[in-house]
Amino acid sequence: MRDETHLVFHALADPTRRAIFERLCREGEQTVGALTARAKVSQPAVSKHLGVLKSAGLVRDRHEGRQTHYSAQLGALNPLVDWTREMAGFWQSRFDDLEDLLKRMDQ
Amino acid sequence: MNATSAETRSVVVERDIPFPPDKIWRALTQPHLIEEWLMKNDFNPVVGHRFNLRGDWGGVLDCEVLTVEPNRKLSYTWNFAHDDAAYNLQSVVTFTLSPTSTGTRLRMEQVGFRPDQRQAFGGAQAGWQQFFGKLEQVLARAE
Repeated sequence: MRDETHLVFHALADPTRRAIFERLCREGEQTVGALTARAKVSQPAVSKHLGVLKSAGLVRDRHEGRQTHYSAQLGALNPLVDWTREMAGFWQSRFDDLEDLLKRMDQ
Repeated sequence: MNATSAETRSVVVERDIPFPPDKIWRALTQPHLIEEWLMKNDFNPVVGHRFNLRGDWGGVLDCEVLTVEPNRKLSYTWNFAHDDAAYNLQSVVTFTLSPTSTGTRLRMEQVGFRPDQRQAFGGAQAGWQQFFGKLEQVLARAE
C-alpha cells in the first residue's frame, strides 16, 4: 500500500476523526470551536485530530483573524475509491443473468 | 492532488459457458436480449454507432461501438457522467469469445479511469451517503 493511502486509512480508522471529517464533508467549512461544540472531546483533542486529518491531506486549514477554519479535501479519498472492485461484482452478477438467458434461448 | 485519480485500471471477468460462441454473440448484440441480462439499450452492432445503456437505478451510460468481429470480439465505450464527479467513469468494455471443447470462454475486460473529483462538498446528497457506506466497508476490511 502506498504511503498516502496508508495515511488516509489511518486517519479515518478512528471514529472521532471520521465523524469530524464527515461533518466537514456534509456541512462545509467549520472553525475548531464549532467542531468542538459538537464533538465529545476537548478542543485540544479536536485540534490534534484535525492535525492528523491534515497530514493525510483530508482537510485544509485557513486562518482568518484569530480563528482557524477547516474544510474537507475530498480529492484525498481518490486512492480509496477503487471502481474496479465495484465493477467486478457488477459483471459477475451480469454474467449470472447472461447464463440464465442462454439457457432460455432457442438454439 | 496527485495523478492517482486519473490512473487507468482494468477489471477482468472470465467465465466458461456451456454454449457456442454464436449463441453468446446473439445475447451480446441483440437489443432485446441485451436488455435481459445487462440493461435497456438502443445497441446496434455497427462500428461508430452511439447508444445508451439505461440502468434500473436511473443511470444512463454513454456508449459507442468500437469493434465488431462477429462471434469473436465486441467492444464499446462505457462512459458514465454523474452530478457527483466521484462517480464519473470513462472506460472501454471488450468482450472476447474463444471456443472451447465444452462451449465458450467469455472474457470481459473493462479498462478506464475516473476523472478528477471536483473539489466540492457533497452536502447530504444520496451519493455521499452511499459513498460513506462503501468507505466503512473498505475500512472494516482494512482493519
